[in-house]
Amino acid sequence: MNTGNAELGTTGAGPGPADAAPEEHPIAPYVRMDRMPHIWCPTCGIGTVVKCFATALGETGVDLDKVAVVSGIGCTGRVAGYMKLDGFHTTHGRAIPFATGLKLGRPELHVTVFSGDGDLVGIGGNHFIHAARRNMDLLVILVNNFIYGMTGGQNAPTTPLTAKTSTMPFGNFERPFNLAHLAASCGASYVARWTCLHVRQLTWGLKDAIQRRGFRFVEVIAPCSTLYARLNKLGTGFNLMQFYHDNAEVRHGADTREVDIGFQDKIVCGKFVDDPRPTFLEMMDEHYRKILGDKYVPMPPAGGFIPDPDSCGNPDPNRHRDGAAASPRGPTP
Amino acid sequence: MRADPAGVLTGVHYLDGDFACGEGAMAAGCRFVAGYPITPSTEVVERIARRFPRMGGTFVQMEDELASMAAVVGASWTGTKSMTVTSGPGFSLMMENIGLAVMMETPCVVVNVQRGGPSTGLPTMVGQADMMQARWGSHGDYELIALCPQSPQEAFDLTIDAFNLSEQYRVPVLVMMDECVGHMTEKVIVRPAEDIEVVPRRLTAAPRGEFQPYRVDGRPVPEFARAGDGYRFHTTGLTHDERGYPVMNAECQEKCVRRLVDKIRGSAEQIVRFEEEGTEGADIVVVCYGITARVARLAVHLARERGVKAGVLRLVVVWPFPEQRIRELARHIRAFVVPEINYGQIVLEVERCAAGQAAVVPVPHGGGGVHDPSAICQSILRAAQ
Ligand SMILES: Cc1ncc(C[n+]2csc(CCOP(=O)(O)OP(=O)(O)O)c2C)c(N)n1
Ligand code: SF4
Ligand SMILES: [Mg+2]
Repeated sequence: MNTGNAELGTTGAGPGPADAAPEEHPIAPYVRMDRMPHIWCPTCGIGTVVKCFATALGETGVDLDKVAVVSGIGCTGRVAGYMKLDGFHTTHGRAIPFATGLKLGRPELHVTVFSGDGDLVGIGGNHFIHAARRNMDLLVILVNNFIYGMTGGQNAPTTPLTAKTSTMPFGNFERPFNLAHLAASCGASYVARWTCLHVRQLTWGLKDAIQRRGFRFVEVIAPCSTLYARLNKLGTGFNLMQFYHDNAEVRHGADTREVDIGFQDKIVCGKFVDDPRPTFLEMMDEHYRKILGDKYVPMPPAGGFIPDPDSCGNPDPNRHRDGAAASPRGPTP
Repeated sequence: MRADPAGVLTGVHYLDGDFACGEGAMAAGCRFVAGYPITPSTEVVERIARRFPRMGGTFVQMEDELASMAAVVGASWTGTKSMTVTSGPGFSLMMENIGLAVMMETPCVVVNVQRGGPSTGLPTMVGQADMMQARWGSHGDYELIALCPQSPQEAFDLTIDAFNLSEQYRVPVLVMMDECVGHMTEKVIVRPAEDIEVVPRRLTAAPRGEFQPYRVDGRPVPEFARAGDGYRFHTTGLTHDERGYPVMNAECQEKCVRRLVDKIRGSAEQIVRFEEEGTEGADIVVVCYGITARVARLAVHLARERGVKAGVLRLVVVWPFPEQRIRELARHIRAFVVPEINYGQIVLEVERCAAGQAAVVPVPHGGGGVHDPSAICQSILRAAQ
């Protein structure tokens, strides 16, 4: 009987009557089913994060037409291609600046960056800290599997000390980032960490984050069964989930200085920072209004697109003008 | 369509090339600029940063040029005309995302105010040594468009053309200025908005469920959908099919990349642009571009005074290269003389197209200054002997 496992956080809808038509998967409306099966390995954690994000989107009731997902390159980077949303699969490390362009080019969009640890804080680390500093209005979901998955298990800036990777075959001797602390100290207005096991908390956390503004950082500890688990003889993804079950500790509001992650050590989860402060666009808007007064013309929420008055191709040619006087901050979901 | 008057500073101005370029962008409808400061290009974005808040545009100073270029590609997917501005070192950092713009078929404009290189080189002094990087700097096979203004007036006009071409062909278009043109101040006439023709982003009219972002139906360029219009499309830097979905095989690669290349090659004769002076019946044709064209004209004048039948072919569009015209000229003339502020880049193209039918004489200059006109004249005289 499948009643779901409360501890493992699965909801497990029970099987229906034998003659019922097969039900659509609850996240089918959010996923490009024509691209299934996906490329992820069995027991990889990335799919779970997608499921939680899709559920969170559904529960917030946000207009999906206005949600864009931007990924860099990596196993996690494939998310942008699997979600049935405007999805941008960009270059390695550059998801955040690409997303910044999308947000500033059309402020009404809800722009989510969904990418890996190597992508966002290895090669893309500079963009991460600056977007946090600016409080750029982006939701950043970082799947931290402690490794470069896509390229075959190399060391990442998140690899815990002593963990084995293909380029640290004798164990990692570089200190990893404490990402929650990095984000918080750079000015992120929302910082949370969950694991793939905490599906309900993660869904709730993503929902929470979607409904807020500014630079919102959600780190999700996820099993890379094929590389991280194998190289470190940790079993399968399932064993890692068991490990999270035994070693994750929820401490909302924890001091981010104290949440770094050691090899096979406790994982502090929770919402660490929730400090709404003006976003980049709000700061810019307020500042220009103060300095330039009536001369200030903000970019309309629908963006800086200037339609061709003669074009029949444009779905709604005057739309961008409607909001000309409105705030460029985007809608409140 | 006509330019949006909000961005057009109609009048007669005394502007340097950098400011004129910024004005051209705003007149063309550019409303998003991301940049990182670098001499000698920074004045372009400084001008824009001052004017954008009054016309609904957003400028953001990014943390580096990787970010600037990525942000420009992102912003362009909202339908907002977008640009970044840089010089050599920053241009190098932009290369990967210029390739992304090519692959995703994202209209955008990249201005490179060229200075002396390699590396940090001569930050405040002129160079023209990024011409091959403009053509081949990003990895993989691709085609794009590059323009070369010779004056502040052209910095204005060609920046508008750059936006229009980028919209028409959905490619990044490079404005390959040089420090001299960027920093020289001259009269710039900005026409009234109704006299400035701009190409708008053409949006698809396809029903939402049927739209495929890379379906061309025999046209060279697919229809565009903006992020946020409900099409829920996917685009990627990976080799992709008409749905924009990644497909990893040689067959899809051939189809996808072939079209990217052919949409420019197939229209090259419409895109190429050059000006000729005195090439009719000439023995020697000086091929030049940017600031060097202005120096070369004096050299040609000096050579004519000495009785040499010399003419000038000035490249306005450098990429794609005017192969056909160079081939034709090669059949009738004795030699091409190619002065440029580098140790031989565009001269290689001239040589390729001349294919041995005419001599090709490089006149290199390492950068930090322009040619002495008499050096070019000497080369013309020697070639004529
Ligand atoms: C500029 C550049 N350098 C290197 C690569 C190769 N590369 C692809 S994915 C990747 C690492 C991805 O790691 P991570 O972001 O942690 O994603 P994961 O696969 O673990 O989800 C690397 C190095 C690349 N695509 N581009
Ligand atoms: S390699 Fe690791 S991260 Fe990538 S799909 Fe497989 S399990 Fe997931
Ligand atoms: Mg990883």
